[in-house]
Amino acid sequence: MLKINNLQAGIEGKEILKGIDLEVKAGEVHAIMGPNGSGKSTLSSVIAGREDYEVSGGSIDFEGEDLLDLGADERAHKGIFLSFQYPVEIPGVTVTNFIKTAINESRKARGEEPMPANVMLKKMREKMALLEIDNAFLSRSLNEGFSGGEKKRNEIFQMAMLEPKLAILDETDSGLDIDALRIVANGVNKLKSKDNAVIVITHYQRLLDYIVPDYVHVLHKGKIVKSGDKSLAHELEAKGYDWLKEGAVEA
Amino acid sequence: MEALKDKLESSFLVFENELNGEGEGPIHTRRREAFERFVKSGFPTKRDEEWKYTNLKPVLKPDFRVFVNDENTVDFSSIKRFFLNDVDTYKLVFIDGYYSSWLSETTHQGFDICTFSNMLTKYKDVAEQYFGKALPENEAMASVNTAFAREGAFIRIKRNVTVDKPVEIIFITTDHGVATLAQPRNLVVVEENAEITILERHQSLSEQPVLTNTATEIFALRDSRLNYYKIQNDAKTASLIDSTAVRQYRGSNVTMGTYSFGNKFIRNNLNFFLEEEHTESHMDGITVIDEGQTVDHHTLADHKVPNCYSDELYKGIYDANAHGVFNGKVMVHPHAQKTNAFQQNNNILLTDKASIDTKPQLEIFADDVQCSHGCTIGQLDEEAMFYLRSRGIPEKEAKALLLYAFANDGLRNVKIPALRKKLNRQIAKKLNVNLDFEL
Repeated sequence: MLKINNLQAGIEGKEILKGIDLEVKAGEVHAIMGPNGSGKSTLSSVIAGREDYEVSGGSIDFEGEDLLDLGADERAHKGIFLSFQYPVEIPGVTVTNFIKTAINESRKARGEEPMPANVMLKKMREKMALLEIDNAFLSRSLNEGFSGGEKKRNEIFQMAMLEPKLAILDETDSGLDIDALRIVANGVNKLKSKDNAVIVITHYQRLLDYIVPDYVHVLHKGKIVKSGDKSLAHELEAKGYDWLKEGAVEA
Repeated sequence: MEALKDKLESSFLVFENELNGEGEGPIHTRRREAFERFVKSGFPTKRDEEWKYTNLKPVLKPDFRVFVNDENTVDFSSIKRFFLNDVDTYKLVFIDGYYSSWLSETTHQGFDICTFSNMLTKYKDVAEQYFGKALPENEAMASVNTAFAREGAFIRIKRNVTVDKPVEIIFITTDHGVATLAQPRNLVVVEENAEITILERHQSLSEQPVLTNTATEIFALRDSRLNYYKIQNDAKTASLIDSTAVRQYRGSNVTMGTYSFGNKFIRNNLNFFLEEEHTESHMDGITVIDEGQTVDHHTLADHKVPNCYSDELYKGIYDANAHGVFNGKVMVHPHAQKTNAFQQNNNILLTDKASIDTKPQLEIFADDVQCSHGCTIGQLDEEAMFYLRSRGIPEKEAKALLLYAFANDGLRNVKIPALRKKLNRQIAKKLNVNLDFEL
């Protein structure tokens, strides 16, 4: 599904990703872990198409197509979704209108008719129940005055509505208490299928107790320095990231 | 400018000669006094503190015809788009300064929705009581209008009457092959506990330059309620100078919404005088302009007495080389205690060439008051753009959605759904998008 080959990228002339290789197949869950500043968020931003970053080398293929030439909106149309670490507050746009516009713009791009209002409503109700979201939520301005937990839940709600092929969860666990974390993780798990994939980006192992990864990768100084199964996450939790500093690690 | 001044002076003489003995009456005396003030001051220039951000010179430059004598006919189909259409309204339509009974729908039953000229002849007492009494004397353009005031809307709502439908006032200027100066004049008197909603617009059908120098006097008497909306969306060959003065009396509540999208040049002088206690005044504005357009808002909330409330919100979006001005004055006189006065002006500049001069001007001489003001000038938030795009909303739509959301507050006091819809559509059109919902 996703093939990242020797990806190098940076911002304002500073190189952050120094040759990333990663392959994600349908049905898989990958976790990318690493200390602060290792390039985790940069990687998610570059995959999602944030324009501030410059890609200086390598490639990203998504279902056989080169992603790097596409704008963020076009990548979303292909089925890529990024759950933001810090979702943006947009006063004046309600959650409903935002989701409606997002869904129908994606459908338009794929040459489909807009989703009928009753179908949309039914789907919203269903996904809200899944994420234990209150009805009043829909008519609030997008993320405006939301608590950290509400913002993250709103991200997963959008993911549930948009049904992406590849979801990237960028530090979705940060700032969530254990109850909120469970709800969010449960939501993600319910949406998982053999046809879609998830990349979980996190600093901590905690979230991975609930969203269990098939693969864990350790990112350090812009490179994947180690890959393994879920036991690697536990190892990291026990050891911390200090061992990386010795510099003798090879993937 | 001097050429136009000379022309106005000779035109005023001609106008006086046509009056047949009415020249000495109190109404004409007010006209003459206003004209003398103008002759003395001349047109405002950039040296004038109130005009330092906008240059009137190019606006006044064309060789304007001051009086139009040949009336063009206009059929409803060619001006239908200027009306609300999907809601029933009273209509006052003027073509080239003349009232069109054919296109209008007026009434005298229970209240007067008719013409200014009619008021001058039929209700001399009203004219004497109100004509020229709301507008400040130091505004040259208003004085010129007062001097030449002939025709426009006269609306008087009697005590305790709530008018069943909105009134639309539309001034049309047709093509006469020459530049034209139009000077409509409106008088609105909302009597005790009466209520009405009014819409006003000026439309040029001419390829030639049109300058509309309009003036409106509004008296909101005790406990009355008035919603007044201006749609300023004229052709780019047209310029508009609007002087509006509102005098509010005890317990009255007035909302003025000014929505500016069109014209080459617009100057709004909007003055609220709070004459008695417990009044409420709302001033809202949305300005969305682009290539070659200027919109200048000058507002005043004059708190003369205690216990009044004023709230002002102006939003502006400026594209290409558009130029905006916002000068909002709030005056709180020494004994106007317990005043609540709020003002907010937020602007987005979409290009490096667009500009806005914003000047909140608070002069507060009372100590027990609540006043606030804020102005912002910003660009589109890049992070918000990425957020929207990452959800599949294309760049153009994402931009429009953010601008829509930004401007939307300015419609908070638009109570007619059909008007709200029209304004929303207009904003979308101006932003060049088609979003399938209304905010």
